Amino acid sequence: MTRTTVRVAAGQGFWGDWLEAPVRQVEGGPIDYLMMDYLAEVTMSIMQKQKSRDPNAGYARDFVPLIERILPALVSKRIRVTSNAGGVNPRGCAEAVLAVARKLGFAGKLNVGLVSGDDILPRLDDLIARGHELRDMDSGRPLSDIRDKVLSANAYLGMAPIVTALEQGADIVVTGRVTDTGLTLGPLFHEFGWRTNDWDKVAAGTVAGHIIECGAQSSGGNLLRDWRKVKGLANPGFPIVEASPDGTFVVTKHPHTGGVVNVPSVTEQLVYEMGDPRSYITPDGVADFTTIQLKQAGKDRVQVSGIKGGPKTPMLKVSIAYFYGYKAVGTLVYSWPEAYDKAKAADRILRQRLKDLGLSYEQILTEFVGADATHGRLAGPASPDAPEVQLRIGVRAPEKAPVDRFTREIAPLVLTGPPSVTGFAGGRPQVEEVVAYWPALIDRREIEPGVKVEILKA
Amino acid sequence: MARKSSTKRKPGTTSVQLRWLAHARSGDKGDTANVGLIALEPEYFPILVKQVTAASVQRHFKGMVRSVDRYVLPNLNALNFLLHGALDGGGTISLKTDAQGKVYSTAMLRMTIPVPADIARKVVRSRE
Repeated sequence: MTRTTVRVAAGQGFWGDWLEAPVRQVEGGPIDYLMMDYLAEVTMSIMQKQKSRDPNAGYARDFVPLIERILPALVSKRIRVTSNAGGVNPRGCAEAVLAVARKLGFAGKLNVGLVSGDDILPRLDDLIARGHELRDMDSGRPLSDIRDKVLSANAYLGMAPIVTALEQGADIVVTGRVTDTGLTLGPLFHEFGWRTNDWDKVAAGTVAGHIIECGAQSSGGNLLRDWRKVKGLANPGFPIVEASPDGTFVVTKHPHTGGVVNVPSVTEQLVYEMGDPRSYITPDGVADFTTIQLKQAGKDRVQVSGIKGGPKTPMLKVSIAYFYGYKAVGTLVYSWPEAYDKAKAADRILRQRLKDLGLSYEQILTEFVGADATHGRLAGPASPDAPEVQLRIGVRAPEKAPVDRFTREIAPLVLTGPPSVTGFAGGRPQVEEVVAYWPALIDRREIEPGVKVEILKA
Repeated sequence: MARKSSTKRKPGTTSVQLRWLAHARSGDKGDTANVGLIALEPEYFPILVKQVTAASVQRHFKGMVRSVDRYVLPNLNALNFLLHGALDGGGTISLKTDAQGKVYSTAMLRMTIPVPADIARKVVRSRE
C-alpha cells in the first residue's frame, strides 16, 4: 500500500555540519527517512587525500558515530537512512556501520544497502583508449593532459540504485558519489511507485532534494532577508519535506525548533548554486526551476507545487580529482593607527624578499581582511582609523620548495617589518597539497551496467 | 550610517542601493560564482529586471569577473547571475578568502540602480 505522505528529513547539509541535527530530526517528531548529504565538489578530493594515506579511510567518518547515537531510535521508529557518506570508500563505510550495529545488539536485525559502481578510476585508461576524452567542462581540455595526476574519478549516480536498495529491504543505504538530490528522490520513488520516466515527478523530487540538501540553509540558517528576526538558531530546525503522491510537497521543520521556514528562506536555497534555471540537470531528469510555485501554508510551512521537468540526458557527470600542486596561506594582524598602510607595507616587503630569494609562484594573492578581502575594490578605500587589518597572503606553486620557504617568511616580518603587528601565535602556516576538481561528462551506458547494489546484513 | 545610500539622479528617479530592494544568496561551480537576487517586494521585481542586467552587473564587477550571464525567474521574483572567472580558479585551487563565492551576494547588493521616486519613498519608509 502506498503512503499518502512521505516525510524526508535532512540530517546533514555537508561533511562537517551540525552533529546534533540528525539526532533532533529523529527524536523531534515523525519522519520516514533521514537523508544525509556529505559530498560537495571538493569533498571527494579531501576524502581521496585521506584514502591515499589510509586505505580504510576515504568516507565521512562522522557518519559512523552518528549512526551509533541514533540507531536504536531508527530501528524502533522504522526510520530509514539514505546517505552518500561512503565518499570514495562506500564499502569501508558500510562495514563500519555494520560493526556498530552488531556492537549495539542489532545483529540479524539491520540491512545496510551498499551502492557501488560510481568509481571509474580503474577504468580510466580503457575509457580514454576507447575515445572517451573526458574533457574538463570548464576549460575544454581532454583528461589525457593530466592523466598521470588523477587521484579519483567518480560518475554521479542518480536515484536508481537507492530505489533498488530500498526495495530489497535496506534500512540504511550507503553510497559513494550519488547526487545530493538522488538521496531524496530515491525514497519518494520507492514509496509512491512513481515511474522513473514521469519527468514532472522526477523534477518535483529533484527540487525537494535541492531544497533540503544543504540542511538548515533552507530553514533560517544563512538567511539574509530579515536575518535579525530569525530566532532560536542555537537549536535550528533542519528542513523536512512532506511529499504527496501527486508530486506536490510541503517544506517544514519540527515544532519547538529555531530558525524559520518561509518563502524567502526556501527561495534563497532554490537559487543557491544555480545555473540555467530552466534546465537543472541531474542523472534522473531535468527540472525547470521557473515552474516552481511557492506559497506560505501556515507557520513554518511552505507549499511547493507546479514543477515541470524533462527527460534525462544521455550523459552522466563525472567528478575527477587530480593533484595540482601546493599552496599556503599566512596571516598577520596590524593595529591602529594606519593599520591598512602598515599591512600594505608588510606585503610589499614580503614580496620583495620572495623575489630576492629567486622564488617563483604560479600565483601570489594578497587580501586585507577588514578592508577588501571579500568585496575587493567595491569595498571602497580602507579607513585610516580601522582598529586592525589582517594581512592575508597566499601562494601557490607546482613544486613544494617555494611554498615551504614562503611559510618561513611570515614570522620574520614581526621583528623586521612595519610596527604594531600581532596575531602570529598560530605559528608557521602549513603547506597544503592542492587536489583540484575536473568535471567531465560520460555516456551513461558506460556506467549504468556496472552499478551494483548489495544488501549486507548485520 | 555615515553615507546616504539614496542620492538624486535623473528627474523622477532616485538612485537606490540594491540592498534595500533585494536579498541574495551566492554559491559556486568551479571558477564561476552564481548570485541569486530576489526582490524584497513583488513590485520591485520589474525594476530589477530592467536595471540589473548582465551588462550593468558586469560593469559593477569590472576587473573582478570575466563575463556575466543572467537568467530570469518570474515565479520567484528572482534573477540568477553567473559570474564567470570570479573565483581565482575556484574550488581548492583558489587562494581567496571567499574561494567558494559565498559572499559575492553581498558584493552585488552594493550596486545602485535608478528607481522611480514613489518606489524610492516606499523603500525609505521600509527602512525606518
